[in-house]
Amino acid sequence: MDEHTKYDKLIKIIKTYLPEDVSVNDIELNSHFINDLNINSANLVDIVLDVEDEFDIMLENEDMEKMQTVEDAIQIINTKLA
Amino acid sequence: MNWQHLIKQLPYSKPFLFVDKLIHVSEEGVEGEYTFPEDSFFYQGHFKNYPVTPGVILTECCAQIGVVSLGLFLLGKEQELESKSSFKIGMSSSEMEFLTPVLPGEKVKVVSRKRYFRFHKLKCEVKMYNSDNQIVCRGQIAGMLKVDSNG
Repeated sequence: MDEHTKYDKLIKIIKTYLPEDVSVNDIELNSHFINDLNINSANLVDIVLDVEDEFDIMLENEDMEKMQTVEDAIQIINTKLA
Repeated sequence: MNWQHLIKQLPYSKPFLFVDKLIHVSEEGVEGEYTFPEDSFFYQGHFKNYPVTPGVILTECCAQIGVVSLGLFLLGKEQELESKSSFKIGMSSSEMEFLTPVLPGEKVKVVSRKRYFRFHKLKCEVKMYNSDNQIVCRGQIAGMLKVDSNG
């Protein structure tokens, strides 16, 4: 899976949980899920669960703690897929 | 098994405790009962001259039995809970359908199935039945819960 496909898949997942005042165009690599995208911690769990299904990987509590930005998420996905 | 110790750990008290008894508790789900006392405070205003249990209270009852009681049980499996442990609890979402009204004095049963409990989030499918076994309400409720280790 190339980087572009991974990124697109991730954005598609995040989009579902964006609050009304944040647009999909606001998402950048360094966007912080909670501070920049206004995603609450409960929805962040849903993003992680969707990521697990989409990429067929399993995240641990430590991964969840590290996953602060979109870039963190990509890195975690890469590590798990490696 | 008697689950009174679990009810004692719930972070609610009168007039906002809506659990009388837990019948079954397992890793997969929970079943519990509550009888709405006729003198419950909300009947004074809901509705004027026509007391009916408010939907938010039915939802709260489902959440206390179906999500929080189950959550305490699951947390207790992960770590030893002390009586002084404090919990951080918040309802994060609820999507409910209401089918049958509950009148003052009625006893209801809540049946909850765990969908998942991961990263402190517990999501459940809940159903409430009246004593005629009719569905009162059903839906999905999720909450965030963890033990505050400094408690």
